[in-house]
Amino acid sequence: MSCNSRLPGWRLERHGEGAELRLTGDWIARDSGVRDSADVRRILDEAGGLMLRVDASELGQWDSALIAFLRMLRDSVSADQTRIVRIEVSALPKSAQRLLALASAGASQAPDIKAPHASLATRVGEVCLRAWSRTVGVAAMVGETALCGTAAFAGRTRTRAVDVVELIREAGAGALGIVAIVNGLVGAILAFVGAVQLQRFGAGIYVADLVGVAMAREMAAIGTAIVMAGRTGGAYAAHLATMQGNEEIDALNVFGIPIFDFLVLPRITALVTMTPLLYIYGCAVGFFGGAVVSIVTLDITPLRFLEELRRAVTATQFAIGFTKSIAFGALVALAGCFIGLRAGRSAADVGHAATAAVVVGIIGVIALDAVFAVCCHALGI
Amino acid sequence: MISQQSTAQPIEVRNLTVAFGGRVIQRELSFSVRRGSIFAVMGGSGCGKSTVLKAMVGLLRPSCGTIRVNGEDYWAASDARRAEISRRFGVLFQSGALWSSMTVAENVALPLQMFTSLTIDAIAILVQLKLSFVGLAPAAAKMPAELSGGMHKRAALARALALDPEILLFDEPSAGLDPVTSQRLDELILELSEGFGATVIVVSHELASLFGICDDGVFLDAETGTAIAHGSPRALRDTCENPTVRAFMERKALHRSLAEDRQP
Repeated sequence: MSCNSRLPGWRLERHGEGAELRLTGDWIARDSGVRDSADVRRILDEAGGLMLRVDASELGQWDSALIAFLRMLRDSVSADQTRIVRIEVSALPKSAQRLLALASAGASQAPDIKAPHASLATRVGEVCLRAWSRTVGVAAMVGETALCGTAAFAGRTRTRAVDVVELIREAGAGALGIVAIVNGLVGAILAFVGAVQLQRFGAGIYVADLVGVAMAREMAAIGTAIVMAGRTGGAYAAHLATMQGNEEIDALNVFGIPIFDFLVLPRITALVTMTPLLYIYGCAVGFFGGAVVSIVTLDITPLRFLEELRRAVTATQFAIGFTKSIAFGALVALAGCFIGLRAGRSAADVGHAATAAVVVGIIGVIALDAVFAVCCHALGI
Repeated sequence: MISQQSTAQPIEVRNLTVAFGGRVIQRELSFSVRRGSIFAVMGGSGCGKSTVLKAMVGLLRPSCGTIRVNGEDYWAASDARRAEISRRFGVLFQSGALWSSMTVAENVALPLQMFTSLTIDAIAILVQLKLSFVGLAPAAAKMPAELSGGMHKRAALARALALDPEILLFDEPSAGLDPVTSQRLDELILELSEGFGATVIVVSHELASLFGICDDGVFLDAETGTAIAHGSPRALRDTCENPTVRAFMERKALHRSLAEDRQP
């Protein structure tokens, strides 16, 4: 079809009062494009008269390209009243006339495609207002969590146990593999780095202290929380954002099912219970990773490593790590749920929400860890 | 489109069976669509109308049977060839399915950008044209989320028209629209299909639009899982003896009498 097509063209013939525009060739958009406004201006300049009759006797195949051309011709005539009074299209195929009529009907109001350009002050103001409303939103959500959490402890909640169990399974058991890999490797790396340094002082056995204290107090809690932020926090945000887009959240609201009890609380419960458990598991795997490396690279027996580990890691270290991981779990769940519920309704918004939840989760975990470090220092533990 | 076309029927379905997993939705379907006609795929909810449409537009491989597009076996073609054939289709999805992260104008422009070598200006002109066909030129810069239901459908129609399709397929065009809006959409479909000279396939159970615009069709039955009647909706209403078809076609009268009975 496209190989033997003739190029679209036109010829202008003037007689007396008006002019005749003869259209020739095939007007197919994907083969020959659309004629531009320069063509239209030339026709109008050449015609100059009172009436322009469009003749289609030599017209081949056509599609939107022809209609677009005729519409441009007509629009520029109505924009410039000085020249041609009217365009006569009755010689066109009936279907082309119908499309032209249809196109002209909706075209009277030209759209304003350009977005209004905001000034710097406006943009700064908008950013500040948005940040403020987000802060208020976070505060409201934390408050609501506290209130509803206490209500839930008192046994007044609409949270369904089946949801909680399912979420716990997903966030807890589902994460065993990745938590093991991350913490095991962190423990092993600590042992490697420590062994090289400590051996120089003949204090190789203290690798156990290094691995034990670092894992129990910091690394297992942070590593597990970051895994949860990436794995579960992002998933929560994407899930809730998609529900938002499908009007599922609206449906819950209409039924009067509290969003918080039904969606947020089960997720917070799941992460607040599972992150500490995964932390303990992560510690164990981290110790194991450290022990393997120590036994292989240094001349330490497993028993001595274990003895030293027991002496170094006190209950306080565990308590600090355990408390932190509860706080991290709550933070990651809150960030995921909050960002998901505030997301827009398009597919891109789901992606933004997942990204934001992971970023906020990770930064929040590190920042919160710093706060914990300062507090522990002040308390002298 | 006004272009020289092969003499074969635009769409010819022979012994088509479609299934999801092991569940057969429709079996042994045969029908052909005449060039330039507005063909209805009718039937009650859940009879597999939309599934048959999916097989026709390349979204679901039939278990057996053939679909010929202009004489060419659609599912026997290579993936690349099938994609090429599909570009002659314009599909209006039930929910509109506009890409939600793009403006209306970008939605219409995307197929043109992907599959033609037109300049940016030419694409802008064509997008403007398509949008003004459906009366949405003023909404070009809006996001899909900002549109009402009727506008959403019309924007999706403009997108379906983007590549000047030879065959237009509509899945429940009037779903979720009020009767007036849905009738205006029907008129628009009629107007555009005549203007473009396109063949139209409408999947619907809306009697008003079936009677209003379709001149041929096939009736699918959920129970027997196959076609039980062929012909235009009006002809089926007036002459078909099949009780299922009769019940479907006279549903309107039945509802009215129910409503009348309840009046004191």
